[in-house]
Amino acid sequence: MAVRVQTEAFDPGALLSAFSAGRRQSGGIVSFTGLARDATDGAAVTTLELDAYPGFTEPAIAAMETQAHGRFAVQDLLIVHRYGPIQAGEAIVFVAAAAEHRRAAFEAADFLMDYLKTRAPFWKKETGPDGERWIEPRPSDYDDVKRWS
Amino acid sequence: MLGRLRDVAGWREKAMDPVPSTLSVLRDLLSKDDPGLGEALVGKGVQAAVNKVLVREDAPLKPGDEVAFLPPMSGG
Repeated sequence: MAVRVQTEAFDPGALLSAFSAGRRQSGGIVSFTGLARDATDGAAVTTLELDAYPGFTEPAIAAMETQAHGRFAVQDLLIVHRYGPIQAGEAIVFVAAAAEHRRAAFEAADFLMDYLKTRAPFWKKETGPDGERWIEPRPSDYDDVKRWS
Repeated sequence: MLGRLRDVAGWREKAMDPVPSTLSVLRDLLSKDDPGLGEALVGKGVQAAVNKVLVREDAPLKPGDEVAFLPPMSGG
């Protein structure tokens, strides 16, 4: 089990390889990589900036991870989340779940992403040609997280 | 100050000397300096944390405490 909240860029492929290495008990691993888009709803985005509160953001995400462990038959989970300025095309979030059987791994990754998208303590600012705007979760993100209640 | 509150305030961190006795005294002090910030601090969905723990009501403060004001979270 691990949660990392960092400003450094990461390589999702390398994270997945490291997470997968040496697992003999797992029947499957599901991973998700979230990228920064260059446009939101047709409006260009040149820079995405995520603000985090170090010492507060990690424990909140760790609590989500604990919930996922309690809910799904997973053997291991990894969550890596970036903050600070992020360029289009770069990875923002990486989630991996290892389980004996695939269904639990799919569900845990899906659950974690829905929770991260609505409940994680980040504050997101998009900068585009029309200036800056602070972003809140979309209505569809709240609908997604309701699936798990 | 986190998220858009940092933009409203124009700063992220500030040391208060003397230390205000409570969270509401701190809010009043900040509001006196910057009424726009004062309004933003009581805006919809704004939460406060003392030493990285969310507090719902007013809370006493002592030297060394860290107070954070958190606007509604955007998620990851």
